[in-house]
This record gives sequence, C-alpha cells and structure tokens, in this order.
Amino acid sequence: MSSVLNDTMAAAEEGSIEEAAGPRRRRWREPKLLTGAGIVIVIVLFGLLGPLLTQDPYAVDNIGMTPPSGDHLLGTTQTGEDVLAQLAHGTRGSLLIGVMVGAMTLGLSAFFGILGAFVGGILDELFSLLTNIVLVIPGLPLMIVIGSYVEQKSIFLVAGVLALTGWAAGARVVRAQTLSLRDRDYVLATRVAGESTWRIICVEILPNLLPVLSSGFVFSIVFAILGEAGLAFIGIGASDSLTWGTMLADAQNGQALLLGGWWWFVAPGFLIAILGCGLALINFSIDEIINPKLRPARARKRSS
Amino acid sequence: MATLEVRALKKDFPVREGVRRTLFPAVKGVDFELNAGSTVALVGQSGSGKSTVARMIAQLERPTGGEILLNGQPATFRRRGMREYRSQVQMVFQDPFASLNPFHTIAHHLERPLLRNGRVRGKAALRARVEELLERVNLTPADSFAERRPHELSGGQRQRVAIARALAPEPTVLIADEPVSMLDVSIRLGILHLLARLQREENLAVLYITHDLATARHFSDEILVMYQGEVVERGPADDVILRPTAEFTRRLANAAPEPARTERFRRAAARYASGGDGDGDGDGDGDGDGGAEPSGAPGAPDASGTSGTP
Repeated sequence: MSSVLNDTMAAAEEGSIEEAAGPRRRRWREPKLLTGAGIVIVIVLFGLLGPLLTQDPYAVDNIGMTPPSGDHLLGTTQTGEDVLAQLAHGTRGSLLIGVMVGAMTLGLSAFFGILGAFVGGILDELFSLLTNIVLVIPGLPLMIVIGSYVEQKSIFLVAGVLALTGWAAGARVVRAQTLSLRDRDYVLATRVAGESTWRIICVEILPNLLPVLSSGFVFSIVFAILGEAGLAFIGIGASDSLTWGTMLADAQNGQALLLGGWWWFVAPGFLIAILGCGLALINFSIDEIINPKLRPARARKRSS
Repeated sequence: MATLEVRALKKDFPVREGVRRTLFPAVKGVDFELNAGSTVALVGQSGSGKSTVARMIAQLERPTGGEILLNGQPATFRRRGMREYRSQVQMVFQDPFASLNPFHTIAHHLERPLLRNGRVRGKAALRARVEELLERVNLTPADSFAERRPHELSGGQRQRVAIARALAPEPTVLIADEPVSMLDVSIRLGILHLLARLQREENLAVLYITHDLATARHFSDEILVMYQGEVVERGPADDVILRPTAEFTRRLANAAPEPARTERFRRAAARYASGGDGDGDGDGDGDGDGGAEPSGAPGAPDASGTSGTP
C-alpha cells in the first residue's frame, strides 16, 4: 500500500503524469487574410509604381472626355487629363493619408490608452476625460472651420485633423484591454521580480496588446481614406495633391455623370470600395485570431 | 533573528458607495515571523485577508499600518531598498494559467529575474543557469522546455516554471499563495513535495497560504488561522489541527471531508473485516458526516495519509 503510494508520489514529483501540450497551430492559411492582403498589396504596388509608369497627371490635351482607348487606358477627363495617371497619383495620395493617419492614431491611442490605464488614479481620470471629449468632436465641422482659416490645405494638415479627431475610439479599446492586462498575475510577477514600470509596459503588456493595436491601425486607415474622400468631395480636402477624393470631386465639378463620362468616377470609386473591402477582410481575420469564437464552426473543428 | 518579521500589519481598502467613502479593514493587525528552513501556513477561508498579507509582503500592496522587517531591516517602498528586498522575497501565484506571459518563452521568464539581479553574466552562463533552474523543478529535457511558450505546457508544468522563476533571484523568503488550488488533484502533491524539497535544499523561509488544512498540517511547522482579517489561532501544526481552541478552527477542521468519520466508511470497513459479506442493511442515511457543512469544505483530501483524523 505505502510503496504504491510512494511510487505515485515519485511519479508526480517527476511530472511524468502531466501530459504534454499539442503542437503549435498555423494561422496563415486563412482565405480571408489571403484575399484581403492580396487586394491591399496590389493597390499599394499600383500606388508605388503607377506614378513612375504613367504620364503627367496634369498634362492637358485637347481631346477631352474620351472613353477608354489604346492611348488612354482609362479615358480622359473633361480637360483631357489621363485618368489612369490621375488614378495612380491619387492612389499614392490616398494611401499616404491613410498610413499617416493610421500611424498617428496608433501612437495617440496607445499613449493615452496604455499610460492612463497602467498608471491609474488621477492620470487615468484626466486621460479618460480627454478621450471622451475628443470622441465627440466631429471631424467634418472642425475641418470646415479650419478650412475657412487656412487657404492652402496641405495633405499633412488634412491627415493631422483626421488623426486628431479619430484616435479616441481606439484609445478606449486599448485602455479597456490594458486594464484587464495590468492586474494579471504575470504582470504582478514581473513587479515582484523588480522590473521597472517602463519595461513592464513595453515588454510584458505591449506585445499582448498587438492584436488590438493592429486591428485599430487597419481600421483607422479605412477611416482616414473614406474621411479624406468625403472632405475632398465637398471641396475642403487637400488642395496640393491628388487623391481619390479630389478625383471624385473633380468628376462631380466636371459634370462627368451628365456627360456620360463614367470612367472618370468609377475608377476611383472602385478603388476606394475594393481597398476598404481588403482592409476589412484583414481586420476580420485579426479579430478571429484575437477571439477564436468568431471563427466559423468548421474551421474551429479542424484546428482544434 | 527571524528572516522576515511582520509586526501589526494592517490594510484598509477604500470602498466607494456612491458619494460616501468608507474603509474596509481587510487585515487588522497581524504579527508573525518566518524563519529560514521552516514553513508557516496561513489558513483561512476566502476573504479572510490571507492573500492580502501575501501581497503586502511581496510589496504589491502598501500596508496601511505596521511593519515588515527583512533581516531586521524595515522594508521600504523606495527604489533602492526595494531592489534588494525584491531579490530576497519571491512569490508563487495561485493561478499558473495567469502567472506566465503568453507572449514570451519559458526561457524569457527565467532570464529576466536572473539578469535583473546581476548574478549572471554572458549568454552561455545565462542559458546554463536557466536550464539548471528547469532541471531543479524536474522539467526535463530542460533545453526543450526553455524554448516553449506557456500555452504548450500543462497547469502543473506551468506552476513548476513559476516556482523556478521565484527561485531564480536566490531568495531567502518564498511566499506561496495557494500554489496548488488551481491544479488537478492528481498533481497537487507533486508540486507540494517539490516545494518542500526546494525549501530543504535552499533553507528557505516559506509562507504557505492555503485553505486546505490537511496539506497545511503536513507541509508546515506552524499554522496561523485567519478569520476576518485577524489571526484567531496559532501554534505548531499538529496542535492547531488536533486541539483547536478557537471556534472557527474547529469548524474549519470539521468541514474537511474525512472518509473515516462517515457511516458509509464504517460499514464498508466492517464488511471488509467480516470477510466481504455485504448485508444490505436498512439503515437509510448512509453518508451523513458528523461535522459541519461540507459546502465550505476546502481542497480535496490528499492521498498522503495525512487527513488529520482526531
């Protein structure tokens, strides 16, 4: 009796009773992620390389409003500018705004979200108050107000306003997640080990926020491109560069619809829609990685 | 001199009820000593303040009153003194599924405290020390465990990593806050024996916090019983369990399920003694045990034959 007991105890001491964990899962075979990434990569390549291969987007020709042909693959505008060249430069402009706003939003929401939640106390109250105020500042009226003061609105000004009005929602998500991470035992354990606050935030907490931060980054790119297109369309966008929004605004002003020049507005409209779709697909798959419950039942069964 | 001494330790938590703020006394003045090579068990039910005591000693909470003395020196919350204190006093947490960062490898968890205390220099030496620590907690082959991430380990293996992490800075005091209560019954004993062995080898002063009287009696030299923030009973382990003076301790001891006290056990024993001839008696209530409600019963009885039968 006692020898059996001793054997079990010895076995338990050695840890041989415990089962080994399964192999690690692979995640990159997800069709949503592949499709989304494919779309985004093609559009980014077009934005990067397109302007080098096409003609001057502002070059005026006397053949205005011609449908797509061998000379002008996507037709021309009313003043004879090549739509494909405009589209290439517009893609570059829109993506630039998207990435700038995405980066600024990421920085602001991470700063206010993580620091407030981690430090707590009065700082958290202040940061939450600021976040809530910014959350209800509408971007469009602010842009109209700024637009009436600034004559030449650069692409950076537009990006700045979009970022300043767009970071708050992300900050609240990050704050909530940080609050839940802050009191996890593994964070407490690093405090017991004597790690500095700075290191705890950067090395222990930040990596676990990556899914939330990256999904916020992707979302803010979509938000920025759509927001810029909206601003440009009503005539208060960037006045120094081409974007998809300024193309749509020009098409509207050039009465493209009335004159039957569908190629002028369909091209940028299509790219906005397809990029939004691609980024949304990426975002969905990030969400599924964070929260496996969102995965379709069949996929879940296969992976478990 | 005691390795760690706690004097009149108090903690009040602010409670907000609408506009009013009141103080909830979680720990109302606790004194005890931890000595090298001996284990003190702190038992009590949920909410009795035993975990708060542990968190104050680990300097995760600031005490409202009282003193913590490490080798006679008062513990400080200032940066310089804290570093020395941290390397001396380590803690093992209750939930092994929450106490390891899912993002980092096992090696990372052990390297950081080693580097932090500046005991190890150079990559090779660091690696060797990590593998040595893993071997000490019986996680072999150590080089394979070092590269894994927490989600690839079972609960018991994770708790072994947590113990290795606590040992890394070569502490003199180890606080184990219910180290086995989240684990499967079959592996609890293994972890407790591991802790006991390491304590012997390192001559550690251990504070073992639990709500399981049986393991407290078996693995500790002295038992302190906490109830609503106060120590209601203290003394050598056997005395506290076998001759409880406080009413609460008696209730706690009686609440532990003990097969030997039940009617069914006695009948089964009688049956075995008489040659296995079951008689199917008409006695209706078979399993009424003489003690208090088993609903508040602490952890399962273990197989080590220590269930303190009076």
